[in-house]
Amino acid sequence: MLDIATAYNKYGFLGNDFLTWLWFIIETDQDITRIMASKEPVSLDIGNSLVLENTLGDKSKEKITIKGDQAGLEEGTTALKKGAKVTEMNLLCTLGQEEEYKFTIKGESFNITGLKTPSAGRDGVDDEIEGLILEKAHLLFRITQVIDTLFLAYLYLRTADDWKDNSLRRMRAWIYND
Amino acid sequence: MGFLSTTFSVSRYYIQNTFDSEPMEQVRQGLVKHAIPKLENEYEEISAGWTPYESPYLPDFEKFSFVFGPYFLFSLRIDKKSIPAKLVQKQMAIEIEKKKEKSGRDFISKNEKSEIKEMVMDVLMHKMPSIPNVYDILWNYESADLFLLTTQKAANEFFENIFLKSFNLKPIRIFPYTLVETKSAFSSAQKDRILTLTPLHHVR
Repeated sequence: MLDIATAYNKYGFLGNDFLTWLWFIIETDQDITRIMASKEPVSLDIGNSLVLENTLGDKSKEKITIKGDQAGLEEGTTALKKGAKVTEMNLLCTLGQEEEYKFTIKGESFNITGLKTPSAGRDGVDDEIEGLILEKAHLLFRITQVIDTLFLAYLYLRTADDWKDNSLRRMRAWIYND
Repeated sequence: MGFLSTTFSVSRYYIQNTFDSEPMEQVRQGLVKHAIPKLENEYEEISAGWTPYESPYLPDFEKFSFVFGPYFLFSLRIDKKSIPAKLVQKQMAIEIEKKKEKSGRDFISKNEKSEIKEMVMDVLMHKMPSIPNVYDILWNYESADLFLLTTQKAANEFFENIFLKSFNLKPIRIFPYTLVETKSAFSSAQKDRILTLTPLHHVR
């Protein structure tokens, strides 16, 4: 394994590329359940914020932040055309029929902020705290499993022989509205 | 309580290596040995240590459990004294004036000024109570997954140091590269291919 600090800086782009791809598959209504090979339905939606960054010629960075529940994302696609990548996004994830999660993920670090899981049940009387903890832990593992599976699925596609002719071609068609 | 709050932030770790035997006992010993002191050290700017999840301000691992089903759940408490700059400024002005009066001069030297500052900081540090911050930790020993409920860089660094010191196990932060190395089933050839990737060029 590489030195952690070196690897963090060198491969941070993988996370940003992943979020950019994630936006593409969400916006083009691709079957996330199938991509993840999940036994239960999984759906994703963009939540109320999206941050993109573009490295300019002089190595300075342009940051585009889109916020708000009703915010249009056109500015984001315009930034993509200029070469920007998604560096942070708020996501709504539904597992099964009604298990809803909301969180913001950063591409470079995979840090998760503002994570809202379905509420842990409050039916128990004895051992209530233990029951709540176990349920919350279960929910936390489930949502991080979704992120991991999607990221690894992205890398699988990204390193496939037909990446350029298939996934990248479709991604460009979406960005340029072909 | 953080972990059961409606919303929280989380950074993830993979725990490299395992204990030779009796993980629960070894974790207990590490937690007790590096628990945050019950009594505040008046002169320390920062003190940090473990505390039970259910009792963040009374660190008693005999009374409160850290084992919940297959998980270890406990908290890292970081107590920090923070002296407002304006308070230092005010005390400095008072002390400088006193010094001038005492010496009969209308100025004080640079050295005298730094001595006064040192003295003022000592006095304020002694008087100032620590502000506690509590960060919960959920650890699945079997799967080597650990969640730290914060994304603050300073807290992450404190956690990484004290965890290694307490358990002699290295927590590896999960981010894109380490996720591939620790949690994927990619072959060596596939990993090599991933590591030669360059940033996506999606612009025509």
